[in-house]
Amino acid sequence: MTTTTLDLKGLLCPMPIVRIAQAVKTVAIGDTIEALATDPGVLADIPAWARSTGQELVSMEKTDGKEIRFVVKRVK
Amino acid sequence: MSKSNSDKPRRLAIIASKGTLDWAYPPFILASAAAAMGWEVGIFFTFYGLTLLQKEIHPQVSPLGNPAMPMKMPFGPEGFQDIQWPIPVAMMSIPGFNAMATGLMKKTFANKGVASVVELRDTCVALGVRMIACQMTLDVFGFEKADFIPGTEVAGAAAFLEFAADADVTLFV
Repeated sequence: MTTTTLDLKGLLCPMPIVRIAQAVKTVAIGDTIEALATDPGVLADIPAWARSTGQELVSMEKTDGKEIRFVVKRVK
Repeated sequence: MSKSNSDKPRRLAIIASKGTLDWAYPPFILASAAAAMGWEVGIFFTFYGLTLLQKEIHPQVSPLGNPAMPMKMPFGPEGFQDIQWPIPVAMMSIPGFNAMATGLMKKTFANKGVASVVELRDTCVALGVRMIACQMTLDVFGFEKADFIPGTEVAGAAAFLEFAADADVTLFV
């Protein structure tokens, strides 16, 4: 199992979920992607994307700055 | 959220009927988001929306007829950029005003980090969104299929309705 990092800083809707969707296709099942975003819209959109696609949102938290860090796991 | 994780992918059917910069965004944003969520997506471009399928596009926005449109400056100090400028209607019809408003909107969007309409359209194509040009308006406005981006399908109302009949979300923009 490996972890890929993805920089989504500065991107606005809908690009964070587009990039996550594209990135998930490039990793193996069981692998995780750690992403860093600045768009507060991801707080609602990434969980919705995970529910819709059946992928796992492992964690999501705001960092000290204005950034949001989340981890997605490819499960299918 | 009741249909989450069902086996059959959800479907989004959009009619894009407007060709201005402001109205070009919603169909491409929703279509690319839905495609990223694994949905089947088709956009039916009709009337002025048809122009969004042309290979080279430079959509403009007009404050005229959009009286609630916020006019903000994409440059200068932060407080200056936050001012919402009241624009008299008489000024909106001055030649060159549309070009100025379009420039300001594009610059503001770019400053904030919003993707351009062309980037969003390319994203839709890359994610497999079906781009369907309305046959009737294509004929009426004198377009040819070759005027449009590769992969454009041409179909009529019945073909779109057949696709939309099985859609979970249907939108007219």
